Amino acid sequence: MINHAMMFAGLLFVIGAVGIMIRRNLLFMLISVELMLNAAGLAIAVGGSKWSQPDGQVFLIMIFVAAATGVAVGISLLLANYHERKNVDADELSLMREREPIEQ
Amino acid sequence: MSIALWTVIIVPFVSAFVLLVIGAYMPKKAAGAIGCVSVGISWVAAMFVASDFLREMPPDGFRTTLYTWMDVGGLNPGIAVRLDALSLVMISVITFVGFLIHIYASQSMYDEDGYSRFFGYMNLFVGSMLTLVLADNLLLLYLGWEGVGLCSYLLIGFWYKDATNGRAAQKAFIVTRVGDTALAIALFWLFVSFGTLDIKTILSAAPAKLVAGSAAATLLACLIIGGAVGKSAQIPLQTWLPDAMAGPTPVSALIHAATMVTAGVYLIARLHTLFTLAPPAMFAVAVIGTLTLFYSGFSALVQRDIKRVLAYSTISQIGYMFLALGVGAWTAAIFHFFTHAFFKALLFLSAGVAIDAQHHEHDIFKMGGLKRALPIAYWTFLIGAASLSALPLVTAGFYSKDSIIWGAYSSPLGAPWLWVLALISTFITAVYSFRVVYLVFHGEQKMEVSKHPGVLMNLVLVVLAFFSITAGFIGMPESIFKFDPLVRFLKTAFNTIPAYQNHANHAAEVMLLTISSALGLLGIFTAFSYYRHNRFAWIVDRSPFAKAIHSFFFSGWGFDWLYDLLFVRPYKTFAYWNRSDAIDNVFTGLASLARIGNSIFSSLQTGRIRNYAASLILGAAIFTTIVILRTKL
Repeated sequence: MINHAMMFAGLLFVIGAVGIMIRRNLLFMLISVELMLNAAGLAIAVGGSKWSQPDGQVFLIMIFVAAATGVAVGISLLLANYHERKNVDADELSLMREREPIEQ
Repeated sequence: MSIALWTVIIVPFVSAFVLLVIGAYMPKKAAGAIGCVSVGISWVAAMFVASDFLREMPPDGFRTTLYTWMDVGGLNPGIAVRLDALSLVMISVITFVGFLIHIYASQSMYDEDGYSRFFGYMNLFVGSMLTLVLADNLLLLYLGWEGVGLCSYLLIGFWYKDATNGRAAQKAFIVTRVGDTALAIALFWLFVSFGTLDIKTILSAAPAKLVAGSAAATLLACLIIGGAVGKSAQIPLQTWLPDAMAGPTPVSALIHAATMVTAGVYLIARLHTLFTLAPPAMFAVAVIGTLTLFYSGFSALVQRDIKRVLAYSTISQIGYMFLALGVGAWTAAIFHFFTHAFFKALLFLSAGVAIDAQHHEHDIFKMGGLKRALPIAYWTFLIGAASLSALPLVTAGFYSKDSIIWGAYSSPLGAPWLWVLALISTFITAVYSFRVVYLVFHGEQKMEVSKHPGVLMNLVLVVLAFFSITAGFIGMPESIFKFDPLVRFLKTAFNTIPAYQNHANHAAEVMLLTISSALGLLGIFTAFSYYRHNRFAWIVDRSPFAKAIHSFFFSGWGFDWLYDLLFVRPYKTFAYWNRSDAIDNVFTGLASLARIGNSIFSSLQTGRIRNYAASLILGAAIFTTIVILRTKL
C-alpha cells in the first residue's frame, strides 16, 4: 500500500514541479505549488500511518496551514500585480534580470 | 682638526640643502653668494686641516668618526673620514678649484633660469665628491660615488627644456651605472671575503687573504677597474663624456674635467694594494689608459665643437693617469690629476668666455679672431693649452706628464709600446690644443663679440692660469732640479710596489724629457702651420680616404654606433616587443578569467521565475539522486 501511495505522491509532486516550470500563468503556478505541498503532505501522512505514528497527521495539518497562508499571500500579490499590469504572465515579471536597464 | 675636517664636508651639504629647499624664493645674488661662500668656507677649512696635518704628519693618517651608520650582521660602516696624503691633495684641489669655478659661475650663469638650483646641485656635488675622497670605508665612498653621479646627471641635464640635454644626461647616468654595478659587486665580494668594508683594514689584510696573482685577486681588481673606467670615461665606457658637454660650461669644468672624472683614478690609487696583488689587472689598467689616450687624442683632433675637443682631451689626460696607475707610478697619476685639474678647468672656463662672446656658438670653425676682443681669455686659454701640450719647463703639465712617461719607461710593469704611444700622444695633444687656439683666437674675426666676461670671471681665469704654470714646480724631476715636495708627500700614502724603483738613470730621463718636449713643440708648430691656411680641411676635402678617416675619428671611432648596434637597439627592440609586459599577462589573465566567469554566471540571471524554479528543481533532483544512490551502496 505504501508503495502505491508514495508513487502517487511522487507523481503529484512531479506534476506540480513541471507545472511551475512550464506554465506562465501565475495562478496556475500557485496551484502547482499547492500541488507539490499536497504531495509532500500525502507522503508524510502515509509515512505516519505506516509506522503508526501520529506525527505524520500533525505535520499534514501544519502543511495545510502553511499552504493556506502561502496561498493567501500569493493570491493577494497576484491580484495586486493584475491591477498594475492587467495580466498574470510570470515571464513579464523579469525586472531583476541581468544587463538591461530598469525602466523608470 | 676633526671639527675643521667635518666642516669641509658638511658646509657644502648644508648650503645645497638650503638652496634646493628655499633657494627659489631667494634673490639671485643671495643664492649665488651662499653657493660660493659655502665652498669658500670648505676650502678655508681644508687649508686649516692641511696645515695641521703637515705639522703633525700622523703616520697612519687622521681618522675621525661622526657616528656609526649601521651595525648589522658584522657590517658596521661608520660615517667616518680618514685623511692621508692622498685625500688631503684631493680635498685641497676639489675645494680650491671648486671655489674658483663657483665664483666664475656666479657671474657667467647669472642670466640663466634656475640659478639657485644650479648652485644647489653644484654644492651637492662638492659635498659628495669630498665624501668620496675622504671616506674611511667603501660604503661611504660608494655613497659619495653615487652622489657625484647623480649631480653629474642633474647638471648635464640642467637645461632640461631641450630634449637632447636630457638624453645626454641619461646616457651619462646609464653608462656610468654599468661600471658602478661592477664596483658594487666588488664591494659585496670584499665584504664577504674580508668581513669589513673599512679601507685600511682591507688593504692591510689583503696580502694575507688574497694570493698574489691569483684569479680571485685579478677578478676582484677587474671589477674595481670596471667602476673606475665608468666614472673616469675610459675605454670601453668613455662614450658618455663627450655628450656630457651638453651641460653648462662651469659644470664641464668642475665635474667633467677637474674632479668627478678623476674619481676612478682616486679609487684605483686608494685601493692600490689590491692591484699590486693582481699584476694582470695592473697591466689592464695601463693598457686601458694607453689605448684611451691614443684613441681620444685622435678624436679630439677632428672635433668641431670646442667643448667636445676639451672633453676628448680630458679623456686622454685621464688615460695618462690610468697609464701611470697601471705601471705603479701612483704619485705620478695623482700629480697629473693635480695639475690637470687646474689647466683643464682653466681651458673650459676660458672656452666658456669665448662661447658666450660668440652667441653661444660651439663650432670652432665659426669662431675666430677673438684674440683682440678677449685678451684675458686668449692668454689664459693659451697658457692652459700650453700646459695641456706640456710646453717644456714653464708649464705644470710638462712636469706631471713627464713623470708619467718616465714612470712608464722605468717601471718593471711598463712596456716600450706604452711609453712610445704616450709620447706620440704628446704630439697629438699639442696639435689639437693649438688647433683650437688658432681657430678660435687667431685668424679673422667672424662674429662680433656679444658679451664680455665679468671681472670675477677674469680674476678666476688669471688665478687658474697662475696655477696652470706653477703647480708643476712642486714635483720637478730629479734630473732637472731636485724639488719634489708633493711627490714625496704623496708617497707617504702609498706602498711602493717592491719591484718599482725610480732608478736614477738621469741620462734616460733627460732623453725622454727632450723627446717629449720636441714632440710637443713640433705639435704646436704643426697646428699653426696647418690651420693658418686650413690645409687640413683641404686634404680632407680632396681625398675620400682621408674623409672616411676624418668621420671615423669625428664619431669617436664609432663606439656610439657599435654600442647602439650591440646594446641600445636590441634592448629597444626587446622593450618594444615586450611593451605589454609578458609577466603582467599572468595577472591580467587572472582578471580576464574572473570576467569570463562573471559573464557566464550573470547570463543565468534571467529574472524569470520559471528558470529559477527549474534550476532549483534540477538541483534538488540531482542531490536526491546522489543521496538515493549512496544509500543503495
